[in-house]
Amino acid sequence: MRHLIDPLDFTTQEINSLLDTADEIAADRKAFSQVCQSKTLATLFYEPSTRTRLSFESAMLNLGGRVLGFASQDSSSAAKGESVADTIRTVSCYADICAMRHPKEGAPFQASRYSRIPVINAGDGGHQHPTQTLTDLMTIRRRRGRLGNLTIGLCGDLKFGRTVHSLLKSLARYEGIRFILISPEELRVPEYLIEEALWAKGIPFVEAEDMERVMDQLDILYMTRVQRERFFNEEDYVRLKDTYILTPEKLRAARPDMSILHPLPRVNEISIEVDEDPRAAYFEQAQNGVYVRMALIMMLLGLSREGAKC
Amino acid sequence: MLNIDSLERGIVIDHIKAGSAMRLYQLLNLDRMECCVAIIKNARSSKLGKKDIIKIDGMVDLDVEVLGFIDPNITIAVIDQGKIIEKKRLVPPEVLRNVIRCRNPRCITSVELGVDHIFRLSRGQEGQRYRCVYCEQEYQGQGTGEK
Repeated sequence: MRHLIDPLDFTTQEINSLLDTADEIAADRKAFSQVCQSKTLATLFYEPSTRTRLSFESAMLNLGGRVLGFASQDSSSAAKGESVADTIRTVSCYADICAMRHPKEGAPFQASRYSRIPVINAGDGGHQHPTQTLTDLMTIRRRRGRLGNLTIGLCGDLKFGRTVHSLLKSLARYEGIRFILISPEELRVPEYLIEEALWAKGIPFVEAEDMERVMDQLDILYMTRVQRERFFNEEDYVRLKDTYILTPEKLRAARPDMSILHPLPRVNEISIEVDEDPRAAYFEQAQNGVYVRMALIMMLLGLSREGAKC
Repeated sequence: MLNIDSLERGIVIDHIKAGSAMRLYQLLNLDRMECCVAIIKNARSSKLGKKDIIKIDGMVDLDVEVLGFIDPNITIAVIDQGKIIEKKRLVPPEVLRNVIRCRNPRCITSVELGVDHIFRLSRGQEGQRYRCVYCEQEYQGQGTGEK
């Protein structure tokens, strides 16, 4: 049985195939509307989420399946002290596949060790967010026509930003990728990721603090929010939260074909004037997120377009 | 120099970093064994200057992997009929299970009951390190860390 816990759980070939399916879904959603008839997705969200949970639920409903689950830790048996291992063993009796978000890092991995159904990591603390990565990869591929030979700027909270960690690990597997890591010193990419995902593979990268100075080099600008919930110290959060705010003025130096991505939700790190810029791709990402999660559910359940096991 | 009788049949754990023998004694659960165990502290060593030695009278199952994590320079000699019949060189184990604990407060292992604490050896530019398989945080303690 396959799970998706880490973005590297799938080979690049598998990701390409999954993105192909997602593109087919985008082109003809109706053709997939019965694929998951009689299948149930459990959404186990121990941490608040709007986008990811609704995106998973929308994906399963679009496939003709059913959805059950909870949307916060308080409304789950975790509030009574139940372990993740026990919860997933129980949920395995009620559903065919599950998406789990948890504030603790490694919780979906722990679940996958005890689960009898495929587990999808829908975000674990500041660690990984592999389905957001699939969404990002789909958006990049649709915008640029490829996943290699790109200069990627990752900007904002690169320390606790789980979407950044997952995207960096994934893109590092493609030819000709170069990273520009834009963050204040306190929010730099963790050393283990630099070491294992970049140095070890000889991936070129530079660390920068000034967004505008590197803007003209970027094919992709991936903005992130500084997340209050990742800080133990409110003072640090307040000091760092407004470090980067993307405005039309800052975009003047950017290439006309650059794409701006953001995992959303946005607070103020991208000013709303940028939304009208054709380079803004973040709402497209939200749409792609549904298609790619549909493709992922099909893949993990081993279902083809006709709904048959493949 | 203090004399400890030679073993007729048993195990000698040698080249232990001076001062670490008692921790090893606990980590290997030797305190729970019935056999005779001698701990020699601060023995003279040409390589280390000072070293600790543990002698176990009798054949017991040792968790050699734990020793490889604590200090791969430790040597193990298996003695039978007063002669060394096997010398074991240690290598750092690929996986450590329930030997050390993750100290990341954001890690699931900080709250989940009955969870196995698993670390995997990773090799980077700055040498070998152990990372928690749940959160990928690097283990920061010494090899002879807490159990």
